[in-house]
Amino acid sequence: MIPLAVSDVHKRFDQVQALAGVSFELHQGEFLALLGPNGAGKTTLVRAVAGRVRLDSGHIELLGRSADRTNGREALGVVPQEVALYPLLTARENLAAFARFNGLSTAEARQPIAWALEWTGLAARADEPIKRFSGGMRRRLNIACGVLHAPRVVLLDEPTVGVDPQSREHIYEMLTELRSSGASLLLTTHQLEEAEGRCDRVVIIDHGRKVAEGTVAELVADSFGSERTAVFTLDHIPEPPIPGLEQIGNTVVTGGVRDVELDLPELLRRLRQAGCQVNGLEVKRPSLAGVFLRLTGKELRE
Amino acid sequence: MIGTVLRVSFTNLRRDRVAQLLSFILPIVFFSILAVIFGNQSNRTPHVGVAVVDEDGSELSRRLVAGLKGETSLRVRTTTRADKNTPEIPLDRDGARSLVRAGDVPVALIIPKGLGESGLRFVGGERAKVTMLADSSDPIAPQMVAGLLQKVAMTAAPDLMMGNGISMFEKYAGALTPGQRRAVDSWLPRLKEQSAQPAPSPAAGGKDSTSGAVAGLIATEVVDVLRDGREKKTIVAFYAAGIGVMFLLFTCSGAGGALIEEQESGTLERLLLSRLGMARLLLGKWLYLLLLGALQLTVMFVWGAVVFGLDLLGHLPGFVIVTVFTAAAAAGFGLLLATACRTRAQLGGISTIVILVMSAIGGSMFPRFLMPESLQKVGLLTFNGWALDAYLKVFWREQPLPALAPQLAMLLVLTLVFLAVTRLLARRWEHV
Repeated sequence: MIPLAVSDVHKRFDQVQALAGVSFELHQGEFLALLGPNGAGKTTLVRAVAGRVRLDSGHIELLGRSADRTNGREALGVVPQEVALYPLLTARENLAAFARFNGLSTAEARQPIAWALEWTGLAARADEPIKRFSGGMRRRLNIACGVLHAPRVVLLDEPTVGVDPQSREHIYEMLTELRSSGASLLLTTHQLEEAEGRCDRVVIIDHGRKVAEGTVAELVADSFGSERTAVFTLDHIPEPPIPGLEQIGNTVVTGGVRDVELDLPELLRRLRQAGCQVNGLEVKRPSLAGVFLRLTGKELRE
Repeated sequence: MIGTVLRVSFTNLRRDRVAQLLSFILPIVFFSILAVIFGNQSNRTPHVGVAVVDEDGSELSRRLVAGLKGETSLRVRTTTRADKNTPEIPLDRDGARSLVRAGDVPVALIIPKGLGESGLRFVGGERAKVTMLADSSDPIAPQMVAGLLQKVAMTAAPDLMMGNGISMFEKYAGALTPGQRRAVDSWLPRLKEQSAQPAPSPAAGGKDSTSGAVAGLIATEVVDVLRDGREKKTIVAFYAAGIGVMFLLFTCSGAGGALIEEQESGTLERLLLSRLGMARLLLGKWLYLLLLGALQLTVMFVWGAVVFGLDLLGHLPGFVIVTVFTAAAAAGFGLLLATACRTRAQLGGISTIVILVMSAIGGSMFPRFLMPESLQKVGLLTFNGWALDAYLKVFWREQPLPALAPQLAMLLVLTLVFLAVTRLLARRWEHV
């Protein structure tokens, strides 16, 4: 049974078409990243899956059942973008409250709360009001409160926004552990490198439409074929500029090469002709950011 | 630069409707309420209800009753009945006492046997005293009725007073001559005739007629039927209820604002994503506010009992019931305000306006019986007016629990209305 299936969903808010026919599936045990620039429709999609947005048309199925406010809620865990916790309650009290709100009895919640405190690394500070916690600690607890009831599908809306690299690493370790326990994860993020390194597949949406779906390797191949990016470190920037090369640093230029064997020697020759000495050279596969830029025509943060 | 500060400040004010309401409308509203209460607008005298028991049955007493009935500022009751299906019967002393104790009228006049016989006179001899059974929670009404009683004595029975005066004169100064006697006898019927004319309007002559010169024409004694010395009761009961209910409203609207805080912090969205649901969330919040409000009122009354000698233990069942119903309504009202407002700042401003106006009209700040009749009726549109009436029935009038039924029923209905409207307004937080 497919944990989550989104089929041709449409939603309009006044003059804005937030969703215009998005379809995708989240497979069992999969870690799927939902990427898109601001206003692309990501949060609307997540809220629609969570039953908080009434669709104009289309269909969302959660574990084979139509997802609405009353159906299959126990199978779904949602981690909102804001740290939506009670600051005056302790970590343990927050966990207990959200366990109860998600349908666990006090007795049923005892074991998951102990697990969550270990999982988040907060056991030592379980009984402190969380207003004293760092941003990263609150983020971890924020995630734990959304998954205490062991949901089979977890929606994570920007779970690492605003946290330091160390805490981010900790959060991804938690998510990896969650996935290995059998949960399927749908993540929205701006951190393309994270999606690239950790997610199984990526769905890119823009203007409410899906523009690409697949593994990072597939998306790169689809967008760039065998094209690679060459980065040259020079003694000085050529004047006038060489067509096909773009300055990205004081002495660094970059350019795309369709065929490394044919195009790279040609670029090196032109640089020599311009009187530049090449001090360093790196040939890179295009990143997900490049894919995103090519597909949507804009940087992810636009 | 100072000009820029001014411009920014005025722009903010222009765009902040709540601040405009607080700055300009609320003071006007308060001014108007106070002007209506204390300003005696349009020279209209408030109507005072008075029960009159004529135990004397003499011509003088009958004329006094008729004179009182002719006073436009009094609503005179001389009869009562057990229920709607039984005929009206004349009031007796106990019936009148019950009416005052129940708060139906603030004053009852008992015209005792022998008043007609002792006659109207300023001084001398044993005078039968008219008893005024009064509710001392209203300090104005007994004085007003006492003054009007003296006025009516002057205007309703001048012939009897004259006759009485001539008798006194003859007793101490010797008999009138036959000529004087004829003149007096021809004048007395004219006086009687004049007294049968309608009473002058209060605006025309009512004020002057209660001057000190006639203040002692009828001897009166005031009996406070709500302070018979057995219980230790003070006006504290009134203010404990009034202030308690007003601050209860502030507490409930403030605590209801937690909903807006939850919306702003994201926990509301998270709660709605969980299996809790809006109805259960609102019910939980309402129960919390109810308990908080009941606790707050209890603290208030316990303080009143410990520090000011309020007899709380003696009225415990009534207190508990009224407190629960009042807190339930206040909790519903607080939630209603919170769901109607979009931001915490808006809630703060709107609730200040609404609560202060409701408290003024509902009687938390000034007793409702001091207000003009029309404003007293408007006060019943506020739930705190009903709550205060219920507390007064318990602590002041010492009514039995069944007598609280109208107030409790109204508080219950208002609670349900508040909760229903809250539920409707809260839909904006649900699906989009």
